[in-house]
Amino acid sequence: MIRRIRLVAWHVFKESVRDRVLYAIGAFALLLVGASIAIGQLSAGEDVKIIKDLGLSTIELAGVLMTIFIGVGLVAREIDRRSIFGLLSKPLPRWEFVLGKYAGLILTIVVNVAAMTAALYLMLAYLDWQALPVERRAWDAPAADPRLLVSVLLITAELALLTALSLFFSTFSSSALLSIVFTVGIFVTGLFSAELRGFGDIVEVSPTVAKFVGGIGWLVPAFSAFSDVKAQVVHGRAVPAAFVFYTLAYAAIYIAALLAGAVTIFSRREFK
Amino acid sequence: MSTVVRTNLLTKDFYAGFWRPRPHRALDGLSFVIPSGGVYGLLGPNGAGKSTTLKLLIDLLRPTSGSAEVLGRPAGAVEARQRLGFLPEHPTFYDYLSAEELLIYVAGLFGYRGAEQRQRAEKVLDRVGLAADRRRPIRQYSKGMVQRVGLAQAIVNDPELVILDEPMSGLDPLGRREVREMILELRDEGRTVLFSSHILSDAEVLCSRVGILDKGKLVAEGTIDALTTGGTRGWEIVATDVSAALAERLKGRVARLTSIAAGRYAMELAADGRPEQLIADLALGGATLVSVSPIRTTLEDVFMRALGKEGAA
Repeated sequence: MIRRIRLVAWHVFKESVRDRVLYAIGAFALLLVGASIAIGQLSAGEDVKIIKDLGLSTIELAGVLMTIFIGVGLVAREIDRRSIFGLLSKPLPRWEFVLGKYAGLILTIVVNVAAMTAALYLMLAYLDWQALPVERRAWDAPAADPRLLVSVLLITAELALLTALSLFFSTFSSSALLSIVFTVGIFVTGLFSAELRGFGDIVEVSPTVAKFVGGIGWLVPAFSAFSDVKAQVVHGRAVPAAFVFYTLAYAAIYIAALLAGAVTIFSRREFK
Repeated sequence: MSTVVRTNLLTKDFYAGFWRPRPHRALDGLSFVIPSGGVYGLLGPNGAGKSTTLKLLIDLLRPTSGSAEVLGRPAGAVEARQRLGFLPEHPTFYDYLSAEELLIYVAGLFGYRGAEQRQRAEKVLDRVGLAADRRRPIRQYSKGMVQRVGLAQAIVNDPELVILDEPMSGLDPLGRREVREMILELRDEGRTVLFSSHILSDAEVLCSRVGILDKGKLVAEGTIDALTTGGTRGWEIVATDVSAALAERLKGRVARLTSIAAGRYAMELAADGRPEQLIADLALGGATLVSVSPIRTTLEDVFMRALGKEGAA
């Protein structure tokens, strides 16, 4: 069982690393990192913060693009191209197929996030090495601050949640494009989940509308919770361990629910 | 003789329409049994329900009612899938993989490990004639080569039952011959082959048994011999030295009179016609009998009769 899931996951990883989309996103990430250096040099004293901020944002954005464009395609493309017919005739239970796909994409994302994080730390270490002591004293936190990893961890959890969401949609949607639209829609809504929850306080509307919008805010994954810590770590402020724990637990529960839904739907799905 | 496939009143409806989906019955109460060994052909025109039947056996589709058993297990059971191979119609695989990588992956799904996994892949690739191209990406393959990859992935596990959905579809004559030969090889190894096709000549050459589907219903089923023998659909009599006057008289007595050469005619009598009487009359008229042969029922005749299109044959 575990071996088959591992096989599917490894296969997904291989598929992803050979996907041209990955390289396009990689090039885009490099471009952003390059831009952050340039911007950093223009703003004396703020360069470390800008590089940290842009670096973390790049990791998040590249991860989101990767998840959406590769993740959705993984199952939807198999159905579109009908390569799934051959695969599902093998002794591979459908739930193993879904979990294997998920694990493979997570592996791809973790490897990419790790590579981008390493590149960010290298850049920050270089900045630290060439900085004068007086410049270092002006920084809120050391350049290669290990607290950045907390943000990277939460970004990875955010991407894992987004992957589960994209996989969930691609198990029942009839086209890859529809899955992308659904996933992006929920992701963007999730980024504003906090605002939606307090909609009645921000905008003057009837209590029914406020409740309805607030309900949506509670229902969609609260993606903003994962990325909001970026500002804290960039300024060298510690992120409370309890917050990290609860956010990770929230992601884990949501992912488990989405995967359970994906498995249930996919197990019932028919392939004409 | 054991049974590899058994269906009982297998029925499948598809629903079309967005607001008020209406059912369309693709398969209607199919009950049939495939004994182990030999080649079974599931025949029928396009839309008859052949692919639907195969997909129900593989669990790509779920029955609306009825049941199906494959290799003694409910259709779709992992234990059954462990012992069968399936080639979908117009197979597509992962473009970025080579045939070798794909086969290693598939062998892994069947539980083969390490060196055995690789050996399995090499063995079947060699068997389907792709050993030399095994490291090329599949996207560079011709249609015939992709079909051979499809066959390779269907037999990588040494299956007892091989299910092939339109295996000859879209292939050139050479490719079709290769697939035919492979099906016969699989049969000779003692495997059961179930394939769907609308090409009757292939079925006639390959199958020991056939089932003919039309509009989702099984309209004929049995061994080719049983379906075609006993079925003499007429007589062909060839005679020479037939005078013009005699030929004129014969026109009203035979189903068809064809002039082959000067004074040489081929006559076709219906199955209920009496060749003895005609032969005697030919002799009396001064003609010389060349041959008398029964016109056997072909699979095409059976097919057309089953589809209610006898006259069209």
